[in-house]
Amino acid sequence: MLNHCGYHGPMEEKNIASAPKRLAVANALAASLPGTSVLADRESLKPYECDGLSAYRQPPMVAAIPANETEVAAALAVARRTATPVVARGSGTGLSGGALPLADGILLSMAKFDKIVSIDAVSRTARVQPGVRNLRISEAVAHLGLYYAPDPSSQIACSIGGNVAENSGGVHCLKYGLTVHNVLKVRAMTIDGDVVDLGSEALDSPGYDLLALVTGSEGLLAITLEVTVKLLAKPEAAQVVMASFPDVESAGDAVAGVIGAGIVPAGLEMMDRLATRAVEGFVNAGYDLEAAAILLAESDGTREEVAEETARMIEVMKANGCTRVACSANDAERLRFWSGRKAAFPAVGRISPDYYCIDGSIPRRSLALVLRRTEEMSVKYGLRCANVFHAGDGNLHPLILYDANVPGELARTEAFASELLELCIEVGGTITGEHGVGIEKINQMCTQFRPGELTQFHAIKAAFDPEGLLNPGKMVPTLHRCAEYGAMRVAGGKLPFPDLPRF
Amino acid sequence: MGGFLAPTFLDSEMSDFIPQLCDHVRRSAEAKTRLRIRGGSTKDFYGGAPTGVAVEMGAYAGIIAYEPRELVLTVKAGTRLSEVEAALAAERQMLAFEPPHFGEGATIGGTVAAGFSGPRRPYAGSARDFVLGARIVNGKGEDLSFGGRVIKNVAGYDVSRLMTGALGTLGILTELSFKVLPRPAAHVTLAFQLEAPQAVEQANLWAGQPLPLSAAAWQEGVLRVRLSGAESAVKAATARLGGDAMRDGDAFWKDLREHRLPFFRAGLPLWRLSLPQAAAPIPTPHAQLIDWGGGQRWVSGELDAVALRASVAAAGGHATLFRGGDKSQGVFHPLQPALAKIHKRLKEAFDPAGILNHGRLYDF
Repeated sequence: MLNHCGYHGPMEEKNIASAPKRLAVANALAASLPGTSVLADRESLKPYECDGLSAYRQPPMVAAIPANETEVAAALAVARRTATPVVARGSGTGLSGGALPLADGILLSMAKFDKIVSIDAVSRTARVQPGVRNLRISEAVAHLGLYYAPDPSSQIACSIGGNVAENSGGVHCLKYGLTVHNVLKVRAMTIDGDVVDLGSEALDSPGYDLLALVTGSEGLLAITLEVTVKLLAKPEAAQVVMASFPDVESAGDAVAGVIGAGIVPAGLEMMDRLATRAVEGFVNAGYDLEAAAILLAESDGTREEVAEETARMIEVMKANGCTRVACSANDAERLRFWSGRKAAFPAVGRISPDYYCIDGSIPRRSLALVLRRTEEMSVKYGLRCANVFHAGDGNLHPLILYDANVPGELARTEAFASELLELCIEVGGTITGEHGVGIEKINQMCTQFRPGELTQFHAIKAAFDPEGLLNPGKMVPTLHRCAEYGAMRVAGGKLPFPDLPRF
Repeated sequence: MGGFLAPTFLDSEMSDFIPQLCDHVRRSAEAKTRLRIRGGSTKDFYGGAPTGVAVEMGAYAGIIAYEPRELVLTVKAGTRLSEVEAALAAERQMLAFEPPHFGEGATIGGTVAAGFSGPRRPYAGSARDFVLGARIVNGKGEDLSFGGRVIKNVAGYDVSRLMTGALGTLGILTELSFKVLPRPAAHVTLAFQLEAPQAVEQANLWAGQPLPLSAAAWQEGVLRVRLSGAESAVKAATARLGGDAMRDGDAFWKDLREHRLPFFRAGLPLWRLSLPQAAAPIPTPHAQLIDWGGGQRWVSGELDAVALRASVAAAGGHATLFRGGDKSQGVFHPLQPALAKIHKRLKEAFDPAGILNHGRLYDF
């Protein structure tokens, strides 16, 4: 089973490294790194051949696992000298193939950078190496009453370096922001081997906001060496309101109603019936299986705030026609309510041989329309689709259920996903809310942006990496690729003569 | 030369504004004519002196889309900040970074270009934190759109945030989208008699506790703290913190934000020290006003730029000659050589002819 998002065809071209090149690069790396930190045989490279987007697999030419900055510099020097591309990798949990190796490239694993360098309780910051796992930061500062806010669902495994590369979100980002809002400084190495501080320990830094630029840059601009994160005071209390709705429209209205009432919930999530039924058979979260959709709305803050906010949210749910509403009585129940949402992906994995997860983001007002059209597409393509949704911030995760062993289902899934992402763009949204472009959505970038913007993106990369050695071919498509993709889409839409005027 | 003016007449004319602006920039780039981007001219004091032919943006104004329930606002860059704030206030919402105006004519484009944030900044976020999308005209005269009107969007590099604080050196901002937030239902300002080191420490300790802090500033032996949030939460926190509730708290924060407190009126050079919030006081021969819970410290008076910058950098911060004074030592903190190299290349990537707001930020 493809246990994560997706399947796509092979990359547009494969540059298979010649054996002499592999040997030359491996030897050059071994001259500066300890022997055990350079891997070049097929068996040792296997664990690196994919990230969380496991349908794409490509072993790297060679892997390097540096243990310190000197070794990173040495690896980059080899890359420059031999004109070999470099793909950095954290924990490999990314969902868009951002860390997919290149056949002719060095895979730079940052796994040994796993130290929490320092924690400052008064200034509420922690300096951590990029390989530190997201959740470990919160665990390390819990005794101070602090935590690190962004909580992607892979937080037990994903690394902070990967979070910076992807600008990761989570279920609490409507209120607490994405990675870019919670990082103060990134110490990074450019492909030239220069160590630069982007951002600072202060709240801003002179010049351009390169910290914002590098956050979410998917490893195309620099290699992260250390991250200074902001820590927040752990809220005194948290409570979840769970409400059932007879249709997705009224659930959508309730979401708008909560925001309209001036409430910014800590989390606001929606699941449709297919999703709740899949989940309930898996974790027993206590969901209402008759409801067409359920909402989970979390309030956090001081005890007084939480009491006031949950009461108001319940009112809004009732005013929008909810059929049932419950409020978590204690923390155990709160976590049980969330357990279903957090297990949604694996639960769906249990009811279908394969599934494909979409990450479109839309203005909330288009929610009902997009869900209705998704249903129509589900019928059209003959594939079931479970909807889980970061409703508060408009980030959809429809899961298309398919079976890769049934001829044609893969292709239909891809067509379904592609049509859905283009619908997201059409209603004013985006092809990726939090999973990144990587290699997975590179074609849709051609629809999201015009050639002018894409050209500007390439120029930005060239400002950091003129030779194009850092993670080339990811995130920003070449105009040539877009032209080919455009021609292919037109062919799919049966417009064989796209240049002829049509009326 | 008369410069470039946004047409002020009909809407149908206005729809031609961006193509005309692109043409104008393209021709200026060919002729190597430097352009000075102008909104309300309220921040001309900031950065290097504006030079070049003016591009007037003030008339390219108006709210393009505002749906309170989306928490998203899209406006033309020439829109007055006061107009934006009034529209938000009517829906009980706000720009949470509490931007200073520094004059009636302040525009939203100038606000983002300068990247200024007010007293709420350490607790709610900065200008760039709330920018979701930007439409710009780069130095080649290309009309480009980045980011969008949705809260979560990771498609492509985050160019909209890069524009924030770039002082118009990378592109002319034409349209901007923001995440906006509900106004807190209640707020109160409490005053505590404390000396500077204790005030900074106290503000940081409180920030590490679940309290609805929304501002903390110290001046002349008094730490003022603002609490904002649900009525019950503000009430409970007030009881917990003690201190004296200020009657004119709102006026204080507004005057601080707008630099209207007597401290700012001395007419002396004004230095802005950006420091790690909990940093120990940086000794200066002149009085300081501390904002942002220690993160932003103002010093009014003649100071040696090199010595000041050395001590501020040693504490992990940077110093800006914010207003007035001798700008020959640079308005902004010098960049590490490797960063300076990236800055110059980025400038070239957006504005190869070097015509946009030359010299406002650094020497390019």
